[in-house]
Amino acid sequence: MTDLQTTPYADMPGPGETILEVRDLAVEFRTRDGVVNAVNGITYTVAQGETLAILGESGSGKSVSAQAVMGILDIPPAVITSGEILFQGDDMLLMSEEDQRQIRGAGISMIFQDALSSLNPVFTVGFQIGEMFRTHRGTSRKEAKAKAAELMDRVRIPAARERIDDYPHQFSGGMRQRVMIAMALALDPALIIADEPTTALDVTVQAQIMQLLSDLQAETGTGLILITHDLGVVNEVADKVAVMYAGRIVEEGTVDEVFTQPAHPYTAGLMASIPLAERPGQRLNPIKGTPPNLAYIPPGCAFHPRCPMARTGKAAQPGGDCRSDLPVLREVAVGRRAACHYSEELLHG
Amino acid sequence: MADTGGTGRPAGTEPLIRIEGLTKHFPLTTGILFKRTVGQVQAVDGVDFEVWPGETLGVVGESGCGKSTVAKLIVGLEKPTAGRIVYKGQDVASMSTGELRRYRRQVQIIFQDPYSSLNPRMTVGDIVAEGWEVHPDVVPKGDRYRESQELLERVGLNPDFINRYPHQFSGGQRQRIGIARALALKPEVIVCDEPVSALDVSVQAQVINLLSDLQTEFGLSYVFIAHDLSVVRHISDRTAVMYLGRVVEIGPETSVYDTPSHPYTQALLSAVPVHEPVLRGVKERIVLTGDVPSPANPPSGCRFRTRCWKATQICTDEDPALVVRPGSDNPVACHHAEELVVVHTDAVE
Repeated sequence: MTDLQTTPYADMPGPGETILEVRDLAVEFRTRDGVVNAVNGITYTVAQGETLAILGESGSGKSVSAQAVMGILDIPPAVITSGEILFQGDDMLLMSEEDQRQIRGAGISMIFQDALSSLNPVFTVGFQIGEMFRTHRGTSRKEAKAKAAELMDRVRIPAARERIDDYPHQFSGGMRQRVMIAMALALDPALIIADEPTTALDVTVQAQIMQLLSDLQAETGTGLILITHDLGVVNEVADKVAVMYAGRIVEEGTVDEVFTQPAHPYTAGLMASIPLAERPGQRLNPIKGTPPNLAYIPPGCAFHPRCPMARTGKAAQPGGDCRSDLPVLREVAVGRRAACHYSEELLHG
Repeated sequence: MADTGGTGRPAGTEPLIRIEGLTKHFPLTTGILFKRTVGQVQAVDGVDFEVWPGETLGVVGESGCGKSTVAKLIVGLEKPTAGRIVYKGQDVASMSTGELRRYRRQVQIIFQDPYSSLNPRMTVGDIVAEGWEVHPDVVPKGDRYRESQELLERVGLNPDFINRYPHQFSGGQRQRIGIARALALKPEVIVCDEPVSALDVSVQAQVINLLSDLQTEFGLSYVFIAHDLSVVRHISDRTAVMYLGRVVEIGPETSVYDTPSHPYTQALLSAVPVHEPVLRGVKERIVLTGDVPSPANPPSGCRFRTRCWKATQICTDEDPALVVRPGSDNPVACHHAEELVVVHTDAVE
């Protein structure tokens, strides 16, 4: 591979200590119509100053896995059936409710997709940002408001001091997302989870917000988990990427490697599905079929009914029948993992 | 009338649809019982373009630029405040009832949301066949069942599903039903209003391919409205870029995307994230400051001037017309139009 151009966002510090480690996490939803297996054993780590993108289509379990880490799943119907969530070495699932609450906001904070419905419409934005300091730090109202103004400045909301008493509806979509980011940053968390932070925004505003997020990350050295379905956003801001399909991570590695040479047919199919502004006119080569219903995940490799490389019966290698043998996420090249029986063929042609 | 970026059509050919000075203002009212009009939302304000037989005209713009209102105006779901829509030389506003009925058969629409645009209480077969109730001459009564089955098959659905209801289908399949419904009346033009933006990447590509196949097979013209620049580039022959109710630039796909002349087009294109690691950082980013102004109170002169880095006094004083200018091959509404060469894949390979 030729040497890569530096990214406009690349001036962040290199990965440091591991902040979060998720091991074999599984979440299911027990509904009246049956059990929905939303997350089926995922493992990943995020280090200081690192950006991990979790890439997947709707219903791949990417948001549910983040909600489990944040401790905001609705239990029931959701049940965490297995796994560990280690935040700075301690398993959050074994902690008391109060200890978990201390981590939320101060240790891990979250930015949601829809800023309008995530903010309380009847309180001013200054009050809502200041709430972080009042509840977690016991700061006085006056001081909290001053800190809120500082934060609004930091996320580049123009005329922050005049707008601090405005309500969420008085802000535009991009500005509301900045308010959300200010709240997430308030207590200097070690990790920020951003769940589709720019999906509801226009492309020019999306560029502003992504730039802001990576600038702030470079300043503070927090870890960032970016949950998205947008391959372009992943390519522009993330260091590592985990591709999810039907509740499992099917491929993991650095963005440079995964995007240049995918090791899983699903990732390769996603790449072939996007029309590139840089390469117009070519016929798209989409993945056939639709993503599976999480209540009826196909046996073996969940992707096999849509996979152009799937092998079953006599054509398959021993233990590599895509219809019956579940492929495990394994090392397929140095520093790269994929869950496909035939990754090597995809990698080496 | 403004030149709409013709691409050297043979003499004597007429555009299918010609839009002249199309304007739609929505009144802003206050009070419950005694409503007073306090302002006008200028959703569409003087739009000119042409749709030629067999071509795809892409319309791009961010939310609130009026692109969906243009779609509704073309198919007659909204009445224009001013301006004309001329279909094959005849003004739609002056058509007789019979002529208008014929126009509505020839110009069909596909909506963005495949969930709310299909009646949940009708079977798929009834949805596809409903248009024939109004236009009985299109398909004789005895052939309708077979014809709707054929249509379903043509859009890639199992014809045996004819008696199923919309909720039994996935988003991508529902969008195919919407396409079958539009095709049922054998139209000449289909207005596609964000037809793929609610779909997952892998399914989106399938629908885009289907639309291109149908265009070749039936010789359709498309007005393809979307906010995703890559998708619009992929499918369009010509592209119109809209900002705050106006077309700011229009021309053949290659020249709008490769050598954009309007600062807004340039900024919009530069904000699209690239999908390949080697292209990261190659593209020069123009990050716009601020947000789109309210269409209820647009800026004087050029509507983009509040966010434009090239703006001077003339931009405040004089509204730039959409005409071919010295700095551009295409009609562009900017006093300071200047072509900018956009970096390409081949530039780095």
